[in-house]
Amino acid sequence: MGLISDEYVRLLGAWPSPFVLRTRIALNLKRVPYEYLEEEDSLNSESVLNYNPVHKQIPILIHGNKPIRESLNIVMYVDETWLSGPPILPSDPFDRAVARFWDVYIDEHCFTSINGVAVAKDEEERKAAIAKLEMCMALLEETFQECSKGRGFFGGDNIGFIDIGFGSMLGPLKVLEKFTGVKFIHPETTPGLFHWVDRFYSHEAVKPVMPDIEKLVEFARLKKHTTSSLDT
Amino acid sequence: MAEKEEDVLLIGAWASPFSRRVEMALKLKGVPYDYSDEDYLVTKSPLLLQLNPIYKKVPVFVHKGKVLLESHLILEYIDQTWTRNPILPQDPYGKAMARFWAKFVDEQVTLIGFRSLVKSEEIDVAIKEAQELITYLEKEITGKMFFGGETIGFLDMVVGSMIPFCLVRGWEGMGIDMIPNEQFPELNRWIEKIKEIEIVRECIPNREKNIEHMMKIVGRIKAASKTA
Repeated sequence: MGLISDEYVRLLGAWPSPFVLRTRIALNLKRVPYEYLEEEDSLNSESVLNYNPVHKQIPILIHGNKPIRESLNIVMYVDETWLSGPPILPSDPFDRAVARFWDVYIDEHCFTSINGVAVAKDEEERKAAIAKLEMCMALLEETFQECSKGRGFFGGDNIGFIDIGFGSMLGPLKVLEKFTGVKFIHPETTPGLFHWVDRFYSHEAVKPVMPDIEKLVEFARLKKHTTSSLDT
Repeated sequence: MAEKEEDVLLIGAWASPFSRRVEMALKLKGVPYDYSDEDYLVTKSPLLLQLNPIYKKVPVFVHKGKVLLESHLILEYIDQTWTRNPILPQDPYGKAMARFWAKFVDEQVTLIGFRSLVKSEEIDVAIKEAQELITYLEKEITGKMFFGGETIGFLDMVVGSMIPFCLVRGWEGMGIDMIPNEQFPELNRWIEKIKEIEIVRECIPNREKNIEHMMKIVGRIKAASKTA
């Protein structure tokens, strides 16, 4: 292995992971050239173990020889390091905290609810998890209205931290919609989000890296047979 | 509520490491603030429920009428708003590392070191698992005066409020010596060092009361796991 330049960027990831997707969108937004390395089996990967011995998880961004772990940390790192692209987080400290809060909420509540539906042991559990997820969507619809202020994205005229955090969950959400028959994002109950979805998918930083839904559905089906969760 | 120049209100709890660390930051930066204490094991005040209807948790931080939740976010907001005595590193990598370890302490260490440990039937195994995690912190502090470098910073406040002044009390109450000096010399050295700092000392809950409080939480966790 030759000398790695301080500027060289590598991303260890896995195509189905919404967390990896976040980091790819961020890098695309800032037009950062990077080498993408697909880690199919992160728990047994030497690189993953080497760069993230604590969690043994992807995504891991390696800038030069510095590893940065955890998707939201990576998105913030990208935002704070490559300053010439559009800002991902707002500059105002309060607005920054609000944007970060919603991504924390998305990870702690939405994503766990999505998982909750997927691993529910019986109909009662499933119903409860679905209800929780619907509540999350209602809250996010409110947040969208407040943050977008009539413009196209949570971030305003361009995608920002919340768009990236939530948009990366659309894949798992759509998979869940296929499996349950429930529409979580609906033109009547969540009109803002409903229209935002298409805008997000068409964004130039998102389109090239958004995984194909059918492939995700197939991946989820396979995973359900081997394990019982939709986690990364 | 008194009128203060900065118009800062913190709703916290004397035993909560999450609100204690916010107080450390405010004191370090010399920011005057109003404080309202929640005895959250007993009841939640109407003010808390009004300001934090989603989570109903402390700390709740209010600055000029704007409400903020989540201690890590509040700390960073404070750092960006009152810039003297910065608590986060300037460089993005330093920030990323601080954020990573802060989450590690608040999530992994409290889970494995406390919430799971309390329910564990094999306490020695649980202790070993927790010590393995804490070893990462031992490595991080080795060769440094503080996690923040020459002066205390974000990570010192997070680790400090959570480990020596919160979890250790729980471990003491349970008769566990989780971080013995022979195994964690650097961490223990750092603990003595931060106790020397006045603003940190002002944010350490009373030891006996805290042990009693943590044992109440232990009782709750055990009771909940039996009914689950």
